[in-house]
Amino acid sequence: MSTLSETTSSNLVGRRLVRLLSLPNPGQLATRAQQLLLPLVGIMLFLGFWHLAAPQVQTSLGAFPGPVAVAEQASALWQEHQDQRDRADKFIAMQEERNARILEDNPEAEVRIRDYPGAPTFIDQVGTSLLTVLAGFLLATVIAVPLGILVGLNRYFNAAVNPLIQVFKPVSPLAWLPLVTMVVSATYVSDDPMFEKSFLTSMITVTLCSLWPTLINTSVGVGAVSQDLVNVSKVLRLSFWTHVRKVVLPSSVPMIFTGLRVSLGIAWMVLIAAEMLAQNPGLGKFVWDEFQNGSSQSLSRIMVAVLAIGFIGFLLDRGMLVVQRRVAWDR
Amino acid sequence: MSKAHLELTGVQMAFDTPTGPFIALDDLNLKIGKGEFVSLIGHSGCGKSTVLNIVAGLLKATRGGCVLDGHEVNEPGPERAVVFQNHSLMPWLTVYENVELAVQQVFRKRMSKRERKEWILHNLALVHMDHALDKRPGEISGGMAQRVGIARALAMKPSVLLMDEPFGALDALTRAHLQDSLMEIQQELNNTVIMITHDVDEAVLLSDRIIMMTNGPAALVGEDLSIELPRPRDRVTLADDPAYVRYRQAVLSFLYEKQRFPGKAPASEKDDDQEQSTAETRRGLRAIA
Repeated sequence: MSTLSETTSSNLVGRRLVRLLSLPNPGQLATRAQQLLLPLVGIMLFLGFWHLAAPQVQTSLGAFPGPVAVAEQASALWQEHQDQRDRADKFIAMQEERNARILEDNPEAEVRIRDYPGAPTFIDQVGTSLLTVLAGFLLATVIAVPLGILVGLNRYFNAAVNPLIQVFKPVSPLAWLPLVTMVVSATYVSDDPMFEKSFLTSMITVTLCSLWPTLINTSVGVGAVSQDLVNVSKVLRLSFWTHVRKVVLPSSVPMIFTGLRVSLGIAWMVLIAAEMLAQNPGLGKFVWDEFQNGSSQSLSRIMVAVLAIGFIGFLLDRGMLVVQRRVAWDR
Repeated sequence: MSKAHLELTGVQMAFDTPTGPFIALDDLNLKIGKGEFVSLIGHSGCGKSTVLNIVAGLLKATRGGCVLDGHEVNEPGPERAVVFQNHSLMPWLTVYENVELAVQQVFRKRMSKRERKEWILHNLALVHMDHALDKRPGEISGGMAQRVGIARALAMKPSVLLMDEPFGALDALTRAHLQDSLMEIQQELNNTVIMITHDVDEAVLLSDRIIMMTNGPAALVGEDLSIELPRPRDRVTLADDPAYVRYRQAVLSFLYEKQRFPGKAPASEKDDDQEQSTAETRRGLRAIA
């Protein structure tokens, strides 16, 4: 199936190239201009409104930041990240030099390199958040898809599990968080932990909140496999596993992916909230720290984070769509 | 009649409904010889599909049963391949892969990889679909998809081929074309075929025997008509053939005079009187048969 979708996708790319290279007629040109222009107009209007409205809102930390202030802070944050990285590089280089000198004197000496102790920058926090959300989402998928298949295949199992799903689905991440934190600190005890506890807490909270859409969509997709196809499978006497692999799973792939996309969106939103509340490293912590910091730039920096969160969420969804196009047969 | 290859004995089929059991078939008996092409014809809801599904093993008769080559039919299996009304191809697999799924499953142990490939291509060539191996069902017409469905069924080397209104969803020209193809294939392979149809011409043209079923509920075999027309049959010359016209007439008269489409009296509303009257008709019909 993977080779198949590869050929179709390369076909698609080819066709798109042809379409791009061929000279469009005026009508096509107009639609393309519209496709580009209208979103641009929307963004410009929004920026204008923001620019005019922001100074009207006075807070204890000064006026609400406009787009210019936010852009300034965005580049300042980037600059801080670069500086920090330079310093870290120097710090490591210094240690290596020193270690080399020690080893010269005494080849048996035990040398160590300590990590740079500086605070994580905005970009580091973005990285942490992305890693956490992907880990949590992956865990949710690994749980939700097989469980969804079971629920969809078995009427009795479905009846037994459905009330639980309905009750746990609407639970807010903030309610889970204290419980997860306590359980993780109590059970994950190790001298040489592979993961930070904060990482595990955030990740598990993300998993608990984001597995429901995938679970529900998978079960609905599996339950909706055409009876004719099920009959074909029966006539062929496919074994249970072959039936699941060759008939049930491909047939419900479109529904599963719809669920996965919703799940990923939820996972991202939940993670930011969890990081804020639990002070776990990540974008949420960045926002909270800036809020507590209360400097004149804080609001602009928070706004940078807000935009970054939105943009990353958008990119995650697009990424999912790309995966879906490669895997699903109906796209 | 040739030695019974497939035998349905005293088949009763009752479905549970909220208003009590609904008897779709009652005491249906049928013997089919090897290589026979049998059509089941009757009005909608008379239980034709139920008969087919019982032979296929997709439904279990509440009483009586079906014996194929001395073995009782208990579950579905590839030796009773089914061609469904709506091709039922896996939409995510190509034409080739759809047939491959069946061949892989049935002949995994008996054929080498190369033999399997040849066998798949052979069956697709048989239905003239070897030009579209890499197309998905969504990319080909309904008639072409139905051809692939037939190829998939044939590729299982079934001892009985079951067809549930195989051409019902197709336009008249495509249908005629596929009927001709099916006759050709049948000439070559001499399969036993049970086909459900609504179409009188189709039944007379293709069949060795036409089984006419009475209206449900509690349907059974009304008349059993042997079609003794020489093969190969040609639809154009047969149109004027007096024997063909007579057979056609017989089926039409059964469907529209003896077994007028009921349209009234759904199962839940029948009362004792009506039941008695159906029982009487049934006795009368048995006398005819």
